[in-house]
Amino acid sequence: MIDVKNLSQSFGHQLVLDNISEHIYPGEKVVIIGPSGSGKSTFLRCLNLLETPTSGTITFEGTEITDPKCDIDKIRQHMGMVFQHFNLFPNMTIRKNITLAPVRTGLMKLEEANDVATTLLRRVGLEEKADAYPAQLSGGQKQRIAIVRALAMKPKVMLFDEPTSALDPEMVGEVLEVMKELAEEGMTMAVVTHEMGFAREVGSRVLFMDGGHILEQNEPHAFFANPKEPRTIEFLSKVL
Amino acid sequence: MDPLQAYETWKALMVSGDTLAWWQEFYVKFYQAFLLEDRWMQYLDGVGTTLLATALALLMGVILGVVVAVVRAAHDQQRPGKRKNPVLGLFNAIFKVYVAVIRGTPMMLQLLIWAFVVFKSRQYTMVGIFGLGINSGAYVSEIIRGGLMAVDGGQMEAGRSLGLNYLDTMRFIVIPQAFKAILPAMGNEFIILLKDTSLLSVISGQELLYFAQAIGTRNYEQMFPLVGAACIYLVLVLIFTCLLGKLERRLRRSDRR
Repeated sequence: MIDVKNLSQSFGHQLVLDNISEHIYPGEKVVIIGPSGSGKSTFLRCLNLLETPTSGTITFEGTEITDPKCDIDKIRQHMGMVFQHFNLFPNMTIRKNITLAPVRTGLMKLEEANDVATTLLRRVGLEEKADAYPAQLSGGQKQRIAIVRALAMKPKVMLFDEPTSALDPEMVGEVLEVMKELAEEGMTMAVVTHEMGFAREVGSRVLFMDGGHILEQNEPHAFFANPKEPRTIEFLSKVL
Repeated sequence: MDPLQAYETWKALMVSGDTLAWWQEFYVKFYQAFLLEDRWMQYLDGVGTTLLATALALLMGVILGVVVAVVRAAHDQQRPGKRKNPVLGLFNAIFKVYVAVIRGTPMMLQLLIWAFVVFKSRQYTMVGIFGLGINSGAYVSEIIRGGLMAVDGGQMEAGRSLGLNYLDTMRFIVIPQAFKAILPAMGNEFIILLKDTSLLSVISGQELLYFAQAIGTRNYEQMFPLVGAACIYLVLVLIFTCLLGKLERRLRRSDRR
């Protein structure tokens, strides 16, 4: 579904991603873990071109999105993204947050978008917040809304960039629950996270990144039971 | 004694060289500055032109300022390492020169150049408003650019990640948030502009100061018309400061909802 070839990214002289090749298949839940500064967030942000790779190609369903002639807005309409800091639009109601993109991009008419918003909000249990503003919500609620906002575009793949890292511990569960449901429905997901429990339970493949490389990958049970690289063993011993 | 009669009697005494009581002198000067021949209507006319000039120049300044600020912000926010958009580069360069020239030369000189070098038109008030608008645009563009850059970068990323294009993201997400941030600075710009309309008088733009000076010249007495005009400016500014404060408080209230 997403094919990454020889992806490199450097900021100035600092090489953040070093020649990464990887493929994400439809329906997969790829969980990316690693120490901070390892390039995992940059890798994820390259997938929808929020970061422009220095070299290498990324292909989404046969379209090379790293091609400068590619209409990236069209591609992004099929790739939902959830951020660490939610990035809800504080100047709009929750309903408007959700319906803005589907309506402006011509995906839906307003009434249809409103219906979709209501359905999705009901699903995450926040139906009564439709006319509230983001400032009135808790962190966990905001992140659930952010997921709903991305889902309203009916994306084919969802990218999560540390979705629970900015949350109070007691709110992590409610967000992970929504993500789990999404995974069970068969959504293709790429998740950068520090939640090892989530990686083990939901992931179909775990990538361990360090120093701009994917050092090791495996299906989660084998990955956590027998890590092979010394760096992976060291990392897991610290976080588990 | 009716007011006009009193004025005429005491004025005649004054002209003939007699010393009057201080209050009689005050009365004469006040009367000839504001009341004689319904001169207060001229001040009112002047205030009308001043307000109209402020409004039109501000409108022009804001439109120019938004265009310049969005182009310059868009140019600066292009992805590093990628080939820059040449059209954007051209406009960015033009706007940079515009801001530099306007901010680097005195407003009065700009007005003189517009009126006597560029347009050579008799419509001095309109030319003056045009000059003020051009001038204000340069300052407003910097205010707005600051506001746009103050909006959290995650907002732009979130908008773009949903598939919205750059302009839609700006229009619905970034600019409305920037608006609240720039309101105090814009209020300041508005007040400066209101007072700067007095510069129109140097190119015979018929605003408040123009009439005050004309009346002063006619009476051979400048203090009363000039101090009177100053009071009118002061009252106008105080009124608008109060209104702006109200608007700001209202916008802030929507934060805490």
